[in-house]
Amino acid sequence: MGLTPERGQPPQPQPRKTESESGYRGRVLDLIRSKGVKVGDRVLVTDGRMELAGILMPRSELEDDLHIVVKLPDGYNVGISIESIELQNAQDQEPPQPQPEARVPPPNPALPKVAIISTGGTIASRVDYRTGAVSPALSAADLYLTVPELGEIANIQTEILFSILSENMSSKHWTSIAESVSRQIKAGAQGVVVTHGTDTMGYTAAALSFALRNLPVPVILVGSQRSSDRPSSDAALNLKGAVSAAAYAPFAEVGVLMHATPSDETLVVHRGTRARKMHTSRRDAFRSVNSRPLAVIRDGRVEAHADVDYRPRGAPGDLEVRSHFEEDVVLIKSFPGIQPDIFDPIVHRGFRGIVLEGTGLGHIPDKLFHQVRRAIESGMTVVMASQCINGRVNMNVYSTGRELLTMGVIPAGDMLPETALVKLMWVLGQTEDHGKIRELFTANLAGEISERSEYLGGGSDAE
Amino acid sequence: MQSEPERIGAASSTGGAGGSGAGIKVGIEIHQQLDTRCKLFCGCPTMLSDRKPDYSVVRRLRPTHSEMGEVDRAALFESTRRKRFVYQGHFGSACLVELDEEPPHELNPEAVSVALTAAALMNMKPVDEIHVMRKIVIDGSNTTGFQRTAKVALDGWIALGERRVTVQSLCLEEDAARKVSESEETVAYLLDRLGIPLVEVTTGPDMRSGAEAEQAALAIGRILKATGKVKRGLGAIRQDLNVSVEGGSRVEIKGVQELGMISTAVECEAMRQRRLLGVRDELIRRGVQDPLGSAVKDLTDLLSETGSKVLRKAIDSGGRVMGVLLKGYAGLLKCELQPGRRFGTELSDRAKAKAGVGGIFHTDELPAYGITPEEVSSVERALGALEGDCAVIVAAPEQMCRAALESVLERASEAIRGVPAEVRAANQDGTTRFMRPMPGSARMYPETDVPSIVVTKSRFEEVKRSLPETLESRAERYQKEYGLSRDLALLVVDSPYSAEFESLAREGVADPSFVAATFEYTFKMLRREGVDVDSFDPAEIKQVMLGANSGRIPKEAVPEVFRWLSANRGMGVEDALRALSVGAASAEEVRSKVAAVVERNLGLIQREGDRAKSRLMGDLMREYRGKVDGKLLFSLLEEEISKRIQPT
Repeated sequence: MGLTPERGQPPQPQPRKTESESGYRGRVLDLIRSKGVKVGDRVLVTDGRMELAGILMPRSELEDDLHIVVKLPDGYNVGISIESIELQNAQDQEPPQPQPEARVPPPNPALPKVAIISTGGTIASRVDYRTGAVSPALSAADLYLTVPELGEIANIQTEILFSILSENMSSKHWTSIAESVSRQIKAGAQGVVVTHGTDTMGYTAAALSFALRNLPVPVILVGSQRSSDRPSSDAALNLKGAVSAAAYAPFAEVGVLMHATPSDETLVVHRGTRARKMHTSRRDAFRSVNSRPLAVIRDGRVEAHADVDYRPRGAPGDLEVRSHFEEDVVLIKSFPGIQPDIFDPIVHRGFRGIVLEGTGLGHIPDKLFHQVRRAIESGMTVVMASQCINGRVNMNVYSTGRELLTMGVIPAGDMLPETALVKLMWVLGQTEDHGKIRELFTANLAGEISERSEYLGGGSDAE
Repeated sequence: MQSEPERIGAASSTGGAGGSGAGIKVGIEIHQQLDTRCKLFCGCPTMLSDRKPDYSVVRRLRPTHSEMGEVDRAALFESTRRKRFVYQGHFGSACLVELDEEPPHELNPEAVSVALTAAALMNMKPVDEIHVMRKIVIDGSNTTGFQRTAKVALDGWIALGERRVTVQSLCLEEDAARKVSESEETVAYLLDRLGIPLVEVTTGPDMRSGAEAEQAALAIGRILKATGKVKRGLGAIRQDLNVSVEGGSRVEIKGVQELGMISTAVECEAMRQRRLLGVRDELIRRGVQDPLGSAVKDLTDLLSETGSKVLRKAIDSGGRVMGVLLKGYAGLLKCELQPGRRFGTELSDRAKAKAGVGGIFHTDELPAYGITPEEVSSVERALGALEGDCAVIVAAPEQMCRAALESVLERASEAIRGVPAEVRAANQDGTTRFMRPMPGSARMYPETDVPSIVVTKSRFEEVKRSLPETLESRAERYQKEYGLSRDLALLVVDSPYSAEFESLAREGVADPSFVAATFEYTFKMLRREGVDVDSFDPAEIKQVMLGANSGRIPKEAVPEVFRWLSANRGMGVEDALRALSVGAASAEEVRSKVAAVVERNLGLIQREGDRAKSRLMGDLMREYRGKVDGKLLFSLLEEEISKRIQPT
């Protein structure tokens, strides 16, 4: 069972299954085996001080091999040292627990068709209170069971593409997601939802924005910051919002949908190339940078932002998938005292592109100049974004910038450094021609770069 | 359709109105806030704020489905009421953890130490590894939708006189948010209390009366105080009770705030259960059919011209009046179960809690509330009521009406089987009202964000070696070492001034009994007057005690000095003495004054001896009361007399 908890939480107690599917190992596993006890069995534990009856629970593999975990009749788990205990199997044949009946409601012809592609993240999951295990709810039937309201928004089609932690995503995964989205659109989906772990959701959103050319329908990436096994989870509301946006949004763009604030009220759809995770744990972790969001969702209604030009919906036949990404690209953040020789292995190994995350308007220490020149001369593409995150690079103001431009460094405008990275990977995946590379990288392909820097207000600490 | 209430009364009197007696079993659950530096899972202080909140967020909670197929009854029940929760926070007393916007930090080690100490004091056995659990609570009192709780120790006992009361369990858990307001759709909570550590101590069902339960609660409270790390004041300790009578069911009573109410609450519940058994017997005698599934009828058209304000209001705002028949229940709804609360109240409580209606009407109490006898008859006709039947009606929007009447039928049906196991909330007077069905044990699953904590044998041995003095033995020591009376000693050890008393007494600042009496009697009196005695600086208190000891501040002036200090914050004891002219009279001044009085009255003294002395003393006291200690004045008077008149 591929379990994919949200980041910020340690893995659930059974990452790799031992023989007993328990997480137990070493001495304690020997004991359990010798007594013929399995996780979920009723046991009787006596240790001289007291006698406890309960159910043997799984244990995190990261914990020691000196304790067993028993669920007492009142529901509490306690750890008991195996030092001097008697462990007895007290299992009586229990009838198998009836599963709640999950069924897919018949399609409602009045509703649009939305595909949900899951890649991981516990956007929907079910808890087994007996063992405490959380398992993802990924099939359409599971989803209808956990978030029954979805059936009132759209006819749902689901596809389990993979189930991984988002930090383990690579450009190969972006490619398969793009292909899967394309399949669903060709099969008639009027909107696509991609469930995703939040850590790298911004990168995937940017990747899909470039890979899905002439997109005819909305593609909404959605995650949750509180796993769906808890009553306060943001998952159900986000998922409902994502399906609404996929089904009814007027724009045919890649968006990232999450909470707009810590409240369970307003949701926001960020443009895929402009979304950045700006907080480790808050529900409203994602923000649009250097741009307004595409839309907000209130009470299930999608309200596209009036001041944002978006790509309207089109015909499914328009879609063109160009999903090849160059893997040999790096992102380097400049900092005071950075050692020039960190570039050596990159140049040696023949990487094809470097995104520099410079300071301020797009600067790096001049002692790196030699290395940058060397990289460009060896055929690499070097681009410059800013670690200020907000604002645009301008390399004409100071001599450092001017000198870098002369060397052939390409400014990334007001692109996010991460978006610049994904874009460079995509551009280098499309062409080897240096002129074409520069042309593609500096062009606006998916709303990732703009000519104007709108005053977006706010953000003052003196408020 | 009136039945014979007298007979029901007779049936229910089998248990008697008192309550104590064979067959009552009471267990208690004590929740005590800990006075640790930080909350249980974050770095916030364990402090409540009384300022205006700085921010608020709005949340909703969804029940999670269990894979066992057994959706928890209590969780499901709460979720049937779609609520919007508003959480208000203050900078400084709540952080992202309380807002459920950040994962919990590790279990507070200070709280674990206090819990282990309390466990050792109650002869309990600690678990070897503490696992934090999530207990589903979706009434909104926890932003997460669950309360984090961990079992720390099991299987101990405390002595209650000659008896032992078993202590089944000690848990460490986070306190809930404070409810500030509630409307039909929205409940508002303050976040400051959320996450303050609580120890929850659960006894076995060993107590046989309310009085015994009260003693046990007091004893456990004292043991917890001995740790020196518990909060005091209103709400710092809360008691829940588990009560059952023979043939009844386990009923949990939540939120008994005062120790003194435990006894009454137990007696009231025992009475309720016995009388419900009486109702059951009567229903069986009458051969009543289970009313579940009885038809709900819309009566709005019949009552469209009604003069009843409640019905009028509902109908005029687009609602309906609907009714259902309880066949064979006539007369039973007015059977009193607890003082002022009838079986009809049980049906009404259930409808209020489950459907959110304001209440129900039933023909055991009608005609009334502006509903005419003619209207009652037409309702009865419409529902097909015969002699011995009882009709229940409710006025609200249609959905709510149906839900309300469903829950009335459910509760009426349960009455045929006896006492339903449920959770009830304590009212001020010791009676109780329905809160929710008894939760199943399935409500718990592991808190995977918090690592477990190993309690080694050596750690617990260390705890046992360094146990704090119990309040009982401290009281004995105070009697022995400081000569306090037993009453005063018990008062001091139980009060927040125990440590301060001991330090002043040990330093010999003043007579220990005087110090103790100041804290326990004077301060208590001043507090009743509204003086903020808690804000006195220990140095200030010490200075007053020193003054009283030297005679500079007459003992009878001490309350006045404290009153002045409280009214004049920021000023010192010297300022108080000056302002009150206490101790202002110097010894020399007083002596010369006394000498002059003696001089003037020499003749009188010679004539009348001791009688004259007391008259003169009276004059002097009139002038110096509160300024010069009486004893001192008297000895000066004697001295000055003996200087002038040789004793014969």
